[in-house]
Amino acid sequence: MRFWCANPKLIPIFNMNAIVKIENHDNQEIKFTTCYMCACRCGIKVTLEENKVRFIQGNRNHPTNQGVLCAKGSAGIMKQYSAAKLRKPLMRKPGAERGTGEFVEIEWDQALDILTERLSEIRSTNPSKLAFFTGRDQMQALTGLWAQQFGTPNWAAHGGFCSVNMAAAGLYSIGFSFWEFGAPDWDYAKYFIMWGVAEDHSSNPIKIGLEKLKRHGGKFVSVNPVRTGYSAIADEWIPIKPGMDGLLALSVVHVLLSRELFDWEFLIRYTNSAWLVVDTPGQKGHGLFLRDEQGNPLVWDMEKAGFVNALDKDITPALFGDYVAPDGRPVRTVMTLTAERYLDERYAPENVAQECGVSAETIERMALEMAHVAFKETVELDIQWTDSWGRQHDKVIGRPVAMYAMRGIAAHSNGFHACRAVHLIQIMLGALDGPGNFRARAPYPKPIPPHQLPENNIDIINAPNTPLSKTPLGFPTRPEDLVIDKQGNPLRIDKAYSWEIPIASHGLMHMVITNATNHDPYPIDTLLLFMSNMAWNSTMNTKNVQDMLREKDPAKPDQHKIPFLVVVDAFHSEMVNFADLVLPDTTYLERHDTISLLDRPISEPDAAADAIRYPLLKLDRDVRPWQEVMVELAGRLKFPAFTNADGTRKFKDYPDFIVNYERAPGIGFLAGWRGKNGEKSLKGEPNPKQWEKYIENESFFAHHWPDSQKYNRFANKEYLDIAADVGFVGKSEPITMQIYSEPLQKFRLAGQGLYDGPQPNNPVDRERLAKYFDPLPMWYKPLEQERVDGEEYPFFALTQRPMLMYHSWDSQNVWLRQILAQNYMYMNRGQATRMGLKDFDWIWVESHNGKIRCQMRTMEGTQENTVWTWNAIGKQGGAWGLKPEASEAKSGFLLNHLISELLPAKKGERRITNSDPVTGQAAWFDLRVKITKAAEGEVGSWPEFPAIKPLPWDDGERPDVLRYSTRTDDDKQS
Amino acid sequence: MRLGLVIDLDVCVGCHACAIACKEWNASGTTAPLTDYQPYGAKPSGVWFNRIRSYEVGEYPHNKTINFPMSCMHCEDADCVTVCPTGASYKRAEDGIVLVDQTKCMGCNYCSWACPYGARELDRESGTMKKCTLCIDRIYDTFMPVEERQPACVLTCPAHARMFGDMDDANSAVSVVIRERGGYQLMPELGYNPTNHYLPVRKATPISTENLGKLGFKGRLKGVVNKVVKR
Repeated sequence: MRFWCANPKLIPIFNMNAIVKIENHDNQEIKFTTCYMCACRCGIKVTLEENKVRFIQGNRNHPTNQGVLCAKGSAGIMKQYSAAKLRKPLMRKPGAERGTGEFVEIEWDQALDILTERLSEIRSTNPSKLAFFTGRDQMQALTGLWAQQFGTPNWAAHGGFCSVNMAAAGLYSIGFSFWEFGAPDWDYAKYFIMWGVAEDHSSNPIKIGLEKLKRHGGKFVSVNPVRTGYSAIADEWIPIKPGMDGLLALSVVHVLLSRELFDWEFLIRYTNSAWLVVDTPGQKGHGLFLRDEQGNPLVWDMEKAGFVNALDKDITPALFGDYVAPDGRPVRTVMTLTAERYLDERYAPENVAQECGVSAETIERMALEMAHVAFKETVELDIQWTDSWGRQHDKVIGRPVAMYAMRGIAAHSNGFHACRAVHLIQIMLGALDGPGNFRARAPYPKPIPPHQLPENNIDIINAPNTPLSKTPLGFPTRPEDLVIDKQGNPLRIDKAYSWEIPIASHGLMHMVITNATNHDPYPIDTLLLFMSNMAWNSTMNTKNVQDMLREKDPAKPDQHKIPFLVVVDAFHSEMVNFADLVLPDTTYLERHDTISLLDRPISEPDAAADAIRYPLLKLDRDVRPWQEVMVELAGRLKFPAFTNADGTRKFKDYPDFIVNYERAPGIGFLAGWRGKNGEKSLKGEPNPKQWEKYIENESFFAHHWPDSQKYNRFANKEYLDIAADVGFVGKSEPITMQIYSEPLQKFRLAGQGLYDGPQPNNPVDRERLAKYFDPLPMWYKPLEQERVDGEEYPFFALTQRPMLMYHSWDSQNVWLRQILAQNYMYMNRGQATRMGLKDFDWIWVESHNGKIRCQMRTMEGTQENTVWTWNAIGKQGGAWGLKPEASEAKSGFLLNHLISELLPAKKGERRITNSDPVTGQAAWFDLRVKITKAAEGEVGSWPEFPAIKPLPWDDGERPDVLRYSTRTDDDKQS
Repeated sequence: MRLGLVIDLDVCVGCHACAIACKEWNASGTTAPLTDYQPYGAKPSGVWFNRIRSYEVGEYPHNKTINFPMSCMHCEDADCVTVCPTGASYKRAEDGIVLVDQTKCMGCNYCSWACPYGARELDRESGTMKKCTLCIDRIYDTFMPVEERQPACVLTCPAHARMFGDMDDANSAVSVVIRERGGYQLMPELGYNPTNHYLPVRKATPISTENLGKLGFKGRLKGVVNKVVKR
C-alpha cells in the first residue's frame, strides 16, 4: 500500500470507485479508566467526542485484559445511553402504596435530610435496625467501613448468594481461593479442569488463557452438566449431574491415593498432613490437634523419634502413623485419616459413577491424566528463591495441572465441601502457587483462615452512636466467634455467624427480606440496598418476596413489616419500584471509584494491582455517585473515622477520602504512587496528587513481582517479608495449608456436646453441626434433595448467565438484547423426544415452591436429568427502560419463582435457610422440578406481572428506530 | 495485497465480543450509523456486520459446540459486485476489500441475494446496503498507533481467535497459520474464492495413563514406610 498525501490526516484512500475518509480526530479525546460492565474490571481506553462516547476498547497495557475486551465492555456505550437511567431522587408519593410505582421527584438536599434524620435516630437508639446490603458492589472496603462506623452488624455484599462457598473453602484450606483470590497459570499449564460454570469471574483473563493453553497443546476438561460458554471448546466434556462435583473429586482422590500418587514433599512441607490429631471419639477434645503447652501443633519426628513442634525448622515429620501422646491419648496423622477416609470403597469410581453420571473409566482416567501431567510433565524453572526457613532453592518446580471453579460448585448446599475436595486434589498433586497450576493473587495467600473476626461483642453492637470495634464480616475459628447473644440467638438480621450458619463470611443477603419481614430474629427499621435487584432476578422466590416487600405490620397498620426501604441504583430496576426513597447513582463513566487491594483487587499472579475510575463524561442529570453520598452521610452522621476532633468533616469528598484515609499508617485504598511525592508503592504516606498519578498512568497501578517472589508464596520468605510489611499478612511466617480443618471440628464438637465453650441448645443446630462440620472434605446430597421426592421432581434445574451478560447490570442494553432477548428452558434432545416434547413447546415447570410456564428448546449439550435456562433475561414489564411489550417481559421468565429461600418445612423444625449449612451460600442449584407440556392455547410466560409505571420524568415513549453515532457529516464518505 | 480474516474455531468461545466491537466501531464508522429497530420493543434487531452462529455437532454425550462467526468473506470472485446494477458494490483492486459506496447504492438487495454467506445487511432507514469494511477506516488511519490499525473485531477478541492480514504474502502471520493449521475456506465449491479462512478444531493429544504409581496402597497403608522429608 502506498501513501502519497502530504497531510496524513486527510488521506483519502483512492481506488477506481470511491474514496474512503478516515475519521476526523480533531474533536476527540482519549481517556483510560476501568470497565464496570461486569466483575472482571478490565482496563479500557475510551475515545470521546464532544461529551459522547465514540469507542470503548481494551487497554493493552492493563494487567487484567491485556488489550482485549468482551461484548459487555464494548456495549458500555449503550449502557451510558440507556433509557433506564435514573435522573433525580425520588420519594414514594404520599398516600401511594409501596410497589405501585408512584413517585414524586425531590431535591438531593431533601433526600439527604430525610435519610440523615432517619439514620441518626436509628444510630442513636438501636444501630442494628439499619440493614445495609449491596449487590454488584466493587467497593466493599468502603461500604464495610461505613457500616462499621455506623455501628450496625447488618452489612454484607451479595457474596452470600454468589461466591462465599468458593472464597470460604479456599480461605479455610489453602489461603487463597477460586473466585477472585487466585488464577490458573496459563503460561505453563498443561492440563486445565474447569469445574462448573466459570464465565462469571475473570471473564477476559480466562478467555485469553484458554487460547494460550490450547496453543501450547494443553488439555481443557470441562466438568459441567451443560455444554455452553467456554465448555464449547473443551477437549473433553464431562456431563456430570448437578451437585455431584464433590463426590467426583473425592473419587479422584481415591484413585490417586490407591496408587500412592501424591507429592510427599509438598504435603510434608506446606500442609498440615503430618500434624497429629487426637483420636478419642466421644470425648472432649476429640479430633483437635495435639498441641504443646504454647499451643503449637505437634508432629512425630522420625529422626528424633519424638513429638516436635510442627512449625519448627529442620524437622522430619512422619506423614503416616498412629502414636500415643505423652498424656496417653492416641493420635494419628492427618494423612492417615485422609487416606483411610478416601481409600474406602465408598469413593471407588465404580461406586460413585451412577450418582455422578460419569463412568468409572472416565473418573479413573481423569485422575491418572492429572497425575501424569503433574508428576511426569513437571515444569522446572531456573529461578532462585528462599523458603520461609531460610533455605535457598535454585529451581521452582511446577505441577502444571490448573483448575478453576465457580458457580457450578458454589451454588449448591454441599458446595463448601465440594470446593474443599477440589482443593484436596490440588494439594495432593502439589499443584498450588507453582508454574502451570493455580496461583495466588495479592494480597493472598493469607493465614488460614485470615485473622479477621466478625464483631460479636453485644455491648458494642447495641451501643448507640458507637462504631463496631471490628468489621461486621470475618472468619470464625471456633464457636466463641459466633455473632449470637447469650441465649444463642442471632445478632444479625441474616443470621450469619449463628448456629444455623456459623461460617457465613459473606453474609446471607438472600435471607434479609424474609427475616426482616418475619421479624426474625428481630424487626428492623431501614433496609438500604445498593445496586441489587432483590425484587426480581437476584432473589430466590421472587413473587413471594415482592409480596413481603408490600406486607404491612398488623401491629402497626400504617407501617410495613420493613418500614423504610431505600434503593440506590443508576437504573430503573424492578427493585426501584418498591423503594420509599430512591437515590440515583451515576454510571461508571461519570464518577470516581477505586478497585482497591483492601477489597476485591484486580491483581494477577505476577503483579499486585489496583485501579481507579474517574469522570470521563459531564453529568446530564441530577444524580450523584453513591461513594460521594456515603462520604456525605458519614460526615453528616459524624462517624468518628470521618470527623475531626473539633466535630468538622474530615473529608471534603470521596476523592479526598481516598487520598487521605489510612487503614493503618501508610496503607490506604490505593497502593500506587503513595508517599508525599508519589515515589512509594504499596505503602507510604498519603500523596495529594495520587489521583493525578493514576490518571497519568492509564488509571491502574501494578507492582510486578520479581521472579523470586512469584511462586510458593505460602512459604516464600522474600514475598512474605514484603507482604508483612505492606499489611497483606500480619507477619512473615509460612502459611500451612489445612487439609484437616480444626475450626470445623470445633463446631462439630459443639454440635456433639463435646466442646469446652458455647454449644447450641436446639437439636436441629446440633444435628447440622455434627453432620456438616466434618474437618475433612465430605460429600452429601444437596439439602433440598433430601426433602423432595426425586421421582416426583425428576429433573435438576439450573440457571446461568450468558457470557455476553454475566454480571452486567445490563439486560436493557439495546445492543446486547439484540443477541438475547428471550430465554428458553433447555432440555437434552433425546430426553425431550422420549417425553414427547419439542422445540418451542410451552411447558409447565413445577417445584415444591410453585410453578412457572415457559417455552422450551432442546439441545444435545445438556445432561439428561438436567434442564436449565439463562437467568435475568426475564423482566417485569416497564422496568429497565424497555417497552411493556418487550420480549423479556412477555416471553422471558425467571426460574427464581421455583427456588425457595427456605428448605421445605420439616416437622418439629423451625424453617431453615436453603443454603450451604457451613457458609450460608444460597443453594440456587439444588432445585428439583417436574415438567409437563402446557395445554393447547396456554402460551406466554407465567406468572404474569403488571407493567411497572414509568417514572415521573418519563413519558414512556421509546423510539422504534435508534441510530446512535458520533460520526459527523464531515466524516462521512464523500 | 489481499486482506482478510482468519478465524480459529478451536478457540472461539462464542462470546460475541467481536460482534459488539464491530457494531460499536462501525456505528460511527464509514457507513454509520448501523440502525437498530425496536431497540426497546418486542423484537429488537438491527444492522450488524458480524454475527456469531453456534452449532452442535454429534449426539449426546459426544456432542461438540462450534461457534461460527460470520462476516463478509471479501471473495476474490464476488458475485455481490457483479450483480450490482449501480456499481455501488465494488472490490478494491489494491487490497481486495469489498465495499459498498453508500452514495450509489439504491438498496435493491441484489447483492444480498447473491451472497451465499449472508454477509450483507440492508439498513432500512438509509435504504442502503451495508457490510463489513474490514474496518478500512482503522487499518489505514495513520493517526492510530500502528498496533491498533486492525479491524475492531480482531483487536478485541478475548480468545485471540481472530487474525487479520495479507493472504497474498506467503510469510504473513495469517498465511503461515493457514498452512500450519489447515485453514480452509467456507463453501469453496461455490466458486467465490473467499479471502477469509477458518482454522479447524485441534485434535488433543492423548495423555498417557500408563506406569503411574503403584496400585494397592490401601493394603500397604498399615505398615507404610514414611519417606524422609526435611521440613
